[in-house]
Parts: sequence; structure tokens; C-alpha cells
Amino acid sequence: MSKKIGPLDVFNILPKTNCGKCGEDTCFAFAAKVADRKLDLEQCTPLYEEAQYEKNRGKLEVLLRPAVREIRLRSKDDEVRIGGKTVVYRHEFRYSNPTAIAISVSDTMPEDFMLSKVKKASEWEYRYIGMDLSLDLIAIRSTSNDPTKFRECVEKVSDVTHMPLVLCSFSPEVVEHGLKALKGQSPLIYAANQENWKEMSKLAKNYECPIVVSAPNDLDQLRFLTDSLMKEGIENIVLDPGTMPDEGLRDTLNNFTMLRRSAISLKDDLSGFPLLGTPISTWCEEDEEPEIKAWKESYISSMLISRYADILIINSIEMWSILPIVIWRTNIYTDPVKPVTVEPGLRTFGKPDENSPVLYTTNFALTFYTVQEDVKDLDCYMLVVDTEGISVESAVAGGKLTADKVNDTIKETGIEDMVTHRKIVSPGLAARISGETEMVSGWDVLVGPKDSGGVKNFLDKKFYQET
Amino acid sequence: MKNNKKKMNPFDASLFNMLKNMKEIEIEDVDFRIDRLDFTLPTLVVNPQIPRQVAPIGKPLEELTYEFVPPVNTYRGEVTEVVLGATKSEGGSRSRAITVGGSKTPPFYSVEGEKPNPPVVVGDVFDMKINLPKPVRSHFGEVLEDPAEWARIYVEKFDVDMIDIELISTDPLLNDTPISESAKVVEDVLQAVDVPIIIGGSGSPEKDGDLLSKMAEVAEGERVLLSSATPDLYEPIAVAAKEHDHAVLSWTSLDINQQKELNRHLLEYIPREKIIIDPTSAALGYGIEYAFTIMERMRLSALWADQEVQMPMAAATSNSWAAREAWRKDPELGPRMLRGPLWETTSALTFLLAGVDIFISLHPAAIRTVKEVAGWLMDQEAEKIPKNWVNLEAV
Repeated sequence: MSKKIGPLDVFNILPKTNCGKCGEDTCFAFAAKVADRKLDLEQCTPLYEEAQYEKNRGKLEVLLRPAVREIRLRSKDDEVRIGGKTVVYRHEFRYSNPTAIAISVSDTMPEDFMLSKVKKASEWEYRYIGMDLSLDLIAIRSTSNDPTKFRECVEKVSDVTHMPLVLCSFSPEVVEHGLKALKGQSPLIYAANQENWKEMSKLAKNYECPIVVSAPNDLDQLRFLTDSLMKEGIENIVLDPGTMPDEGLRDTLNNFTMLRRSAISLKDDLSGFPLLGTPISTWCEEDEEPEIKAWKESYISSMLISRYADILIINSIEMWSILPIVIWRTNIYTDPVKPVTVEPGLRTFGKPDENSPVLYTTNFALTFYTVQEDVKDLDCYMLVVDTEGISVESAVAGGKLTADKVNDTIKETGIEDMVTHRKIVSPGLAARISGETEMVSGWDVLVGPKDSGGVKNFLDKKFYQET
Repeated sequence: MKNNKKKMNPFDASLFNMLKNMKEIEIEDVDFRIDRLDFTLPTLVVNPQIPRQVAPIGKPLEELTYEFVPPVNTYRGEVTEVVLGATKSEGGSRSRAITVGGSKTPPFYSVEGEKPNPPVVVGDVFDMKINLPKPVRSHFGEVLEDPAEWARIYVEKFDVDMIDIELISTDPLLNDTPISESAKVVEDVLQAVDVPIIIGGSGSPEKDGDLLSKMAEVAEGERVLLSSATPDLYEPIAVAAKEHDHAVLSWTSLDINQQKELNRHLLEYIPREKIIIDPTSAALGYGIEYAFTIMERMRLSALWADQEVQMPMAAATSNSWAAREAWRKDPELGPRMLRGPLWETTSALTFLLAGVDIFISLHPAAIRTVKEVAGWLMDQEAEKIPKNWVNLEAV
């Protein structure tokens, strides 16, 4: 387990001038956020611009260097960071840099189809608990093995996407043609292997790009290649230990897990790089239906997100197979010590008056945003009860959503002065506490539907007809 | 479909069968049915398999010095084993007893040691017709009002290891079914299938004590799992388990300290070998990360010898269907006949990697995938030569 860095460790080496250039009021405030990995050291510009702080900067960089290096991939408009991990298990410290998801296309796909897939990936979006989720990268595979064709494809793709690219070919000549099309950007090169590593490492150096070393299911060779590249002065390396579906999953998980543990627990330099997973490998299986390939690709992606993958290359962009991956990625990268909550209290939707319905829900962010989506076009009041970020069903079972808490919220929000009726709509899953709530609060409780998708219908049938 | 299926793994054919009604369902509202599903398999360039680099002469000498030594840990603690079900010779009527738990390493760290018992997959059955999402309903059709028949289909067709009969209709807020009727349901299920069973109450603290005590008596000798003891209600259930030699599911709401406290209470009545813990398996997208991290922490603590959390863990992956993304009919989200079961599968595999030993599941494809993946992860011979996906054509 890595030693946790405290604010003082950082503060002691900072300039301590409280100049405010980083946006914080004091160097100590800045140190606290840097130690918590919420701000980059680079925001302290004096460290980088003034010669007198050069030594401090060096010390701080060593102190703050995560056990797994952080690598940046860049397009013209975008930067995606991968790696930068400091722990093995999520409860030890918030995971940094969510697993980057790359959607794959190839240079022999029909152009229209290829570009529409790139656009679909670039514009892919899903609204979830107040966030817009998206994908991160495009991986272009050279199936033509023709340098000119590859270069043309890379140019076309980079014209229609804002995302950084991964250039996939084992031919140094093909990769170089792709790199030439991306001057000033920082795509990821896939990959150096046992045969081509000398030529590939030259490309990584000349074009200043991060590079993957690939040794499928051979960690000895992976170490050899990593060390060889490091000896060439290359620092931005990504490790591909191979992703094997089906019977290969056992080795795959072991390789990922042991590499990550080795990086964090042993501080092993040759393991301390981001890990690349290629669930796209399921598409190499013959005699399987496309749905089964996409099914396996999806669950292997989610399993590798649990087992430390920092970047994934996948083929399917079907919503049904991609959504579980992106949701799990979002979930596991949240801060484990901070429940996703919203402020408790009163919300109003539309233009409610003294006859408008009053609903209540919990302050678990997901519950809140889901309900909000369903009631936002109605004229109503909603009371958000503080359940410490627990969802309705679990909060009722665990005593975090009680009649007293509902009553407190009714009294504290002053809703009794805003409406003339005394009818509150409870979540269907809180039916159990409705009787007690009526006794404690003096309000009538109308038990609403279990899913807030039915609220509008429920209000039409039950609330408006009774009032 | 292609006729040439010789090389197709029979499992995949059946997994596909579990999912294939997807197309039909999405157009169910128009008066049209496809008789046969036609899929064009993409033409693949034959993928040269990358040979494992063990060439006797080809490997450069310098490379031989780069040996990756896995950083193996040793653990002071281990997960207890709980036996569920009893055969005739053991005083019950099940065809076999199932041992759950026993792990000595974190989940599937097989370089540190093998998992002694495979994960157990349980088919979830309810004693009244409930509003199940279409992708689940379509596999059970008419039997949803007949728990014994429903259980039989799970065992015979979908190969589950156990059945969970959930007596939810006993809830005073639902049908308030009398306990004597529930006894009949449990007897019917025990008659219909010969696998070990879980008996679940309604979650109503007023009723579950009496209900589960009576069920413990009815199932005497069968070594069932009584589900569940909660912080509000544990004593009568623990007493019944002790008296009739059953095990207890210790259920808490995403709170390790509460879980430990409840386990301490239960341990006053029954030994550790009679307890399984369920810290609440929230659905993917609806708090699964809390469950994942609590499970992972508890399992690591168990291996570091914290006896209060050394019991096997259970998860109800049927909860996944609470997520709208799993069941909602929405063309933008893609076919729910695939999306729904994948949602449950993803939740289950997430829990599998957090250390869960028992999966209470709904959809046949999720059941199948969990069993299959666990099988691969536990198979010491399992190996697969990596293929070159970079050259993969036309996908």
C-alpha cells in the first residue's frame, strides 16, 4: 500500500509566498488540494518559471509521482489522461483518471461506415445523475497494412473527431505515416513488440508520443520490452499484457491484478505504467453470433475496469452493450468516502400554487435526478429528505428514511405555509412508513408508484381527483 | 444461421438461445413474427495466432533475465464454509448438499491459491405474480403464478444450483397471506426440486419472525438458508435456525459496522458455519459501487483474520432489474432483451470480483454467464492463445 501524502509534506517544499497565482488563497490551501490530487502541481507557475524553485519542483515531482505513471494523450482540442494510480483498492483512496474507452475502426472499412462510427463515438452521450457521460478515444487499426491508406484514414478520422487517437499496427512504417498526419498531437502508438521494438521506440522518441508495449500473456517479455524502451529514454509507456476471452480470462485477470499490485505494493518501476485492455479480442472468435461477441466484449470490459485497466479498446458501439461499461466506469471512479448526494430541502418545479401536489424523495443523487427528470414538467413541490445519500428502499430498511425525518422536512421547509391541502405523495418503496408518517405529521400520505416514471399518471388519477 | 456449427461451443448456442428472442420482442406490437433468425457472420481474416514467446533459440539471452515474479501475499484468515441442503442420509431430501465459501485468497487471485468451492447460482422465485420485466417474463410465461413449477424450470432448464422461494405475499401491505398457506408453498417447492433452497420472508418485521420460525419447522432436516435476519429482527430467526439446524442470511443496508454488529448478535445463537452475509447488492448505476467496496473491504478483512466478517457473501443480482436502464423499452437504449440481462450479468460479475459466493438471480443468460465465467476462472487448465485483433477485418 502506498504511503499517503499529507498537506504538510507538500507545503514544506512549496514557495510559501501565498502569491495566489494558482487560484488558491494560500500555499497551504493549494498544498492540501495537491496532496488530495485535486489540483495539479503545474498550477503553481512560480515553481516552473523561477530558477530559484527548480530544486523544490524536482523534489515535489518525486514526492507526488504516482506509483502508476500518468500519461496524457492529446488531439488538437482534447486531452485524455490515463493511469496516475496510487492504490490497488478503491476504499484506500479515490481512483484517479477513469478508464479511457477507445472505439475501434479500421482503414479497410467502407469510408462512410467508418466515419459514421467515428462520429457516433465522438457524439455518444448519456445523461446520468446530473452528468453527461461520454467516450474518450478512437483507435484506428491498419488492416490494409498500406502506409498511404492508413495515413489517409487517420487524416479523415482526425477531421471529424475531437478525440485523441490510438494508432494500431505492428508495422513501424504504417505507424509513422499515421503519426505524420497528426503533427503537434500526442496519439498513443500501438504497439512495440518483440519483433519491432527498436524501430517503434525510435518513432515514440522522434514524434514524442506515448507507446504501448505488447506481450500477450508473457509478463517476462513485457518487462524486457519495457526496460528496453526505458533505456532508450522513453517514459510514456502503456502495458498490454493481453486480453484473452473465455478460457483466457483466468490468465488475463491474474496478469492485470499482479502487475498492478507489483506497481503499487512493490513500487516496481517496470510495472508502474497504465494498463491497456483489449476486449475487442472477443471479435476474433469464429463461429459466434455478433451479439454474443458484443455481450462478451461488454462484460470483459466491465471486469477489466474492476481489475485496474486504464484504457480499453472495444469494437461494439451498440448502446445496449456499451452503457453498462460506461456506467460501471463512472460508478467505480467516484470518491468512496463521499456519497453522491444532493442538498436536502425544498425544490419547486414549474409554477406551483397552494393547490399543487407535494412529493417527497431522498437525497441520494441518483434517486433525486431520476425523479427530477420525471416531474420537471409538472407544477409541483418536492421535499428532499436527508437520508445520508441512501436510496429509498435501502433507507427505509436501514432506518435512514423514517416518519420523523419526513416530518422534520415538512416542518423545516415551511411547505405548510405554501399549500392549503395536507396531502403528500410518498415513493412507492416507502409504503411501509406511510402510516406512521400520517400519525407524526398530521398529513395524509398518498403512496405513489415504485418508479417515478408513473408519477404523472398517479397524480392525474389520485391527487387531482381527490383534491 | 449457418449450418456449420460443428465448432460452436454448445454453451454459446444456448446462451444465444436465451437472448435470441430480442428481435421478435422489439417489434412485438406489430402483427408480424420472424420464424427464423438470420445472421450473416462477418467474414474474418484468418488471425495468425501470436505464438507464446518461448522459442528455444529465438529468445534473446538478455530477455531471459526478465522474470516477472508475482507479488504473492499470505493471509492469516480464511472464509468459513457453510453447508446448505441435506441428502437422505443426512436427514433431508435433497440430491446433494452444497458447500459455500472457504476462500483463502482475494477473489480469483489464483496465483495465490485456488478457490475451494465454486460460486453458487440461485434461481429467484416469488410466491405471487409480481411485475417482472419482459425479458425475464418471456422465459417463464405461465409458471409465474406457480412457484413450484417456476422452480422446476430453473433447475431443469437453466441448471441453477439452488432455489430461493420468496414469500413476499405474506407482507401485511400486500396479500397478508396466512403462514399456513406459505408452509404449503414451501412444501410444494421442496417436492418439485431436489436442490437446496433459500426461504425468504417479506421483509416485514412484524411478520417475518413468526413466518420464518414456522418455515424453519416445515423444512426441518433440509438445512435451508433463512432469509433474512436484519438489525430490526434477528432473534426469532436465529433461534429457529438453531433449533432446526438451518443457516441464516445476515442482511444489512450498506454499512460494515452494522453488518459486524448483527453478526455478533447472531453468533450468540449460532456458529459462524451457519451464517451468510448480504450487505445489500445495489443495482448497477444505482449504488453498486457502495456494495462493491463494502464487499471488497469485508473480504480483505476476512483474510486478515477479522472473524466477524469471515462468512461467505451473498448478492441478489435480481435487484439489477430495479435499474430503469435494464427494463425500460426505449429504442435509444437498444434492445432490452439484450440490455436487461447484460445489466444483471454486469452486476453479477462485478460482485463476483468483489468476493460474492452466492448469486440470487433472475435471468437465464445472467445465470449462464456467471457459471461459465466462474468455471473458466477456476479451471487450472484453462488457457487461451492470444489472437491478433489488430488485423481483424470487417467488424
